[in-house]
Amino acid sequence: MSIDWAIVEMAIPLLAEGTIMTLRISALAAVFGLLGGIALGLISLGGWTWARWAVRAYVDFIRGTPLLIQIFIVFFGLPMTGFRLGEFWAGVIALSLNSAGYIAEVVRGTVGSVEKGQTEAAKSIGMTRGKILLYVLLPQSIRPMMPALTNDLITLVKNTSLLSVISVYELTRSGQAIIASHFVPLEIFALLAIYYYVIISALSYISRLIERRVPAW
Amino acid sequence: MVTAMSKPITASDKPLLSVRDLRKSYGDHEILKGISFDLMAGETLVLIGPSGSGKTTVLRCLNHLETPSGGEITLAGDTIGGSYVGEAARWEPMSETKLALQRRKFGFVFQRFNLFPHLTALQNVAIGPRKVLGLSKTAAEARAAEQLARVSLAGHMDKLPSQLSGGQQQRVAIARALAMEPRLILFDEPTSALDPELVNEVLDVIGALAREGMTMIVVTHEMSFARKVADRLIFMADGNIVEEGPPEDIFSAPREEKTKRFLTHVLNR
Repeated sequence: MSIDWAIVEMAIPLLAEGTIMTLRISALAAVFGLLGGIALGLISLGGWTWARWAVRAYVDFIRGTPLLIQIFIVFFGLPMTGFRLGEFWAGVIALSLNSAGYIAEVVRGTVGSVEKGQTEAAKSIGMTRGKILLYVLLPQSIRPMMPALTNDLITLVKNTSLLSVISVYELTRSGQAIIASHFVPLEIFALLAIYYYVIISALSYISRLIERRVPAW
Repeated sequence: MVTAMSKPITASDKPLLSVRDLRKSYGDHEILKGISFDLMAGETLVLIGPSGSGKTTVLRCLNHLETPSGGEITLAGDTIGGSYVGEAARWEPMSETKLALQRRKFGFVFQRFNLFPHLTALQNVAIGPRKVLGLSKTAAEARAAEQLARVSLAGHMDKLPSQLSGGQQQRVAIARALAMEPRLILFDEPTSALDPELVNEVLDVIGALAREGMTMIVVTHEMSFARKVADRLIFMADGNIVEEGPPEDIFSAPREEKTKRFLTHVLNR
């Protein structure tokens, strides 16, 4: 087996372009997913029964169906509802919806496992459910949530590669384009693996830094 | 007839808190079998009795940390937690929001303090006035500082609960309850989780509050404290009130056999 180093050299800057797209999509979907996930997680701990059930059903759907199918549903479904957003935003939305579902579960699990005495103490000074969540339970949950959220974020970054199927020109897609014109699958896929690995290692590192800076008590 | 009450009670005095036939069951297990008592403003009522007699459950039902299975609790004329409606007197619970408004009239001090670990002592006390009563940050913190000084913790305001001793934590918890300016404070075995050498600093604070005329109900196993601080004592066993009266009477001349046995046991005499 011989490696075509000339192709590798040529591919490195081309893939860097795809990497930027992957990072943009990941960042957007992470922000939306996090906001959505926290909101859904809090709703599923909140007082409105019907809303709890709706979140339950949503999370069930997200976990019970392949992401690839969810991407296609958003990509082909959105135009039918009158939104013409293009593949970039369709991809961001699909990934945001997906990670919001998983993050909701993390939030629900962590916030829900704060010791019962905390809720009772907050009730005893007249706090309502929303205030208890916001001022007492959620702040105590941030640190224990970090490892699971990092996992979800890593999954999100890796999942962006699926957007290649709706022709978003992200990292995987940019590699596939090189393979299509030069037919060097092994070199390119190996390079792609290295790119993803580096991105995710950097993410884990940043997450550990943040985790250390979140106040402990 | 003149009775030996520590505070004179006239016919026009209405009780601040009135409990009628309070019941609580978990499934088939009856914890409270119909508890009734009144509490006058300024009075200190102490509940004693063996473990499992239902003392803590009474306190937790009063501010609806536990939902009672039956009976009625009224504070200054308002029924707590809901109302009985219609001819069949069906219980109609009130909304969470309304219940929260009633709960803030009860201070509650927990056995295990339950301070908010992510907040400093000052923030623990200020959060209620700030987020529940709607005071400004400055006003809430001023009030919190005042209450912390009242429990002799002026020098520890910026510490987290984890940096405080158990006794200090419990005093912060008392200040947190006081800062809401409750009508009465419920103390649920406030010294049971403390190391013996830290018990007195907490009991001193509670004793001082009693002398200042704070209305309170204290569940405790500290018999000498109960005797000293109580205006009135209730002895409970098996979910019932067995005996009730001034502490001197109950400690020196208990009428009921169960009370005698309990006191002999805890006082080792």
